Amino acid sequence: MLLLTCPACGVAADETELAPGGEAHLTRVGPDGDDASFEGYLFQRANPRGVHFERWRHVYGCGKWFHAARDTATLEVFGTYSAQTTAPPDDILDKIKARRPGWEGNA
Amino acid sequence: MKRYSAFAIAREALRHHEGWERAWRSPEPKARYDVVIVGAGGHGLATAYWLGKNHGITNIAVIEKGWLGGGNTGRNTTIIRSNYLQDPSAAIYEKSRSLYETMSQDLNYNVMFSPRGVMMLAQTQHEVRGYRRTAHANALQGVATEFISPQRVKELCPIMNIDGPRYPVLGALWQPRGGTARHDAVAWGYARACSDMGMDIIQKCEVTGIRREGGKVTAVETTKGEIGCGKLGIVVAGHSGELAEMAGFRLPIESVSLQALVSEPIKPCMDVVVMANTVHGYMSQSDKGEMVIGGGADGFNNYTQRGSFHHIEETVRALVETFPMISRLKMLRQWGGIVDMTGDRSPILSKTPVEGVFVNCGWGTGGFKAIPGSGWAMAELMAKGHAPLADAFSLDRFREGRFIDESVAAGVAH
Ligand SMILES: Cc1cc2nc3c(=O)[nH]c(=O)nc-3n(C[C@H](O)[C@H](O)[C@H](O)COP(=O)(O)OP(=O)(O)OC[C@H]3O[C@@H](n4cnc5c(N)ncnc54)[C@H](O)[C@@H]3O)c2cc1C
Ligand SMILES: [Zn+2]
Repeated sequence: MLLLTCPACGVAADETELAPGGEAHLTRVGPDGDDASFEGYLFQRANPRGVHFERWRHVYGCGKWFHAARDTATLEVFGTYSAQTTAPPDDILDKIKARRPGWEGNA
Repeated sequence: MKRYSAFAIAREALRHHEGWERAWRSPEPKARYDVVIVGAGGHGLATAYWLGKNHGITNIAVIEKGWLGGGNTGRNTTIIRSNYLQDPSAAIYEKSRSLYETMSQDLNYNVMFSPRGVMMLAQTQHEVRGYRRTAHANALQGVATEFISPQRVKELCPIMNIDGPRYPVLGALWQPRGGTARHDAVAWGYARACSDMGMDIIQKCEVTGIRREGGKVTAVETTKGEIGCGKLGIVVAGHSGELAEMAGFRLPIESVSLQALVSEPIKPCMDVVVMANTVHGYMSQSDKGEMVIGGGADGFNNYTQRGSFHHIEETVRALVETFPMISRLKMLRQWGGIVDMTGDRSPILSKTPVEGVFVNCGWGTGGFKAIPGSGWAMAELMAKGHAPLADAFSLDRFREGRFIDESVAAGVAH
């Protein structure tokens, strides 16, 4: 069972309390975007086997969205962080690099 | 290749079974092939098979990082049906179902196809309307299905409780020619036939990179060295995202875990396949007597081939209401497979941004039934550049908004 600590309310919630929201930090494309960037934003996903940044919602708790950094190959959780950011914070990146020395970020 | 037959069994019985030959060769890779297929699951092997049978291309290697059929092909619950909603789906799934009918003869390998009938229960008014609509669509597509009454459901499957308080059975979409087959045998049968045509199936060999020159594929890097290729077919289900990254593009695919479980074997009690989409559970009885049970997929990206226990719990809890007699069964085994989900729940059979590279993926929770038809279409696509059964499933459908929405037909994992 996946356990994530909701950064909004501090509760350590197990996954039955949470709803997954897919890949995080996608750049939203507006009306001026071309077809290719719109396709990328709407459909194409990194889907890595390894470090994954993703959105979750604490549905059966405080109801807030948040972010998590997790390894999809081992289910290790590196940490959770606020939804109010467009990139993973440094302390999360440091934790990942400490655990995955060769990791260079998701292309 | 020595053919399997009743005579061969008698002959071998008389000489202590010493004359059976290996079903396929296990060669070392050559330096170059006309076509390399990555992934020796059902879809990869069927693609190779039809490239040989229909298009005369046999200088082929099928490269597999584990053992052949060890991915989702050997992990699924083997439901075969073609009662989808949209025309392109009906075409490829029905082609596939009909190829299953003759597969044992075509391959000279018993795949134990059992067209025992598949019913999808309607347990809400919404589902009643949805399945009536599907039955009408299927009639126009030439796929034999009908919407049947709760009484008929009870006749076909007496162990079912049709008037449970939570999930009363209001009818069902019935496809009498749907059924099940032996999953391993499908992979093994194709592997044997491919090997017999001179193709090389290379197991325990992982593809780690894709070489390109001037936008065109030239070779794959593997744990057994570099292997040159004219064309490359990527047929790796849940690992499609990884292979796409090696080739330098992205796919509209997310990989999640889907689980199944089987009970201890019991006497025959159910000779149809039942799917209950509202409650996310389905069940059939294997020839060994085990109740084969499947349910919903996890919602988060996962490559671990194991899933969350609460899905199993939800599935079993719901099925116990509809099949009260299973409440005391012991469950023997549970496992997971990594399924490749697309947004419209339809597969991708397509060219890619890299010349010479083709993908066949996105079958998600429901591609076992599609193995022969998908291989047929993919082979034609790779040989000729387009294929009537595959064209609608190209990658540009996402950019162009031409979705093939099967979220209802594929509402439950199967
Ligand atoms: C629990 C479960 C139940 C299911 N139930 C049903 C059902 O009832 N009916 C139905 O129709 N479908 C069902 N499915 C779906 C079905 O199993 C799949 O859609 C289908 O088997 C996919 O076949 P494939 O050949 O594309 O993939 P796979 O059989 O997964 O084959 C892909 C192969 O690629 C190999 N590979 C991956 N990466 C590499 C690499 N880098 N180098 C070399 N090889 C690589 C893998 O090892 C694997 O063997 C179910 C799936 C699961 C998990
Ligand atoms: Zn919270």
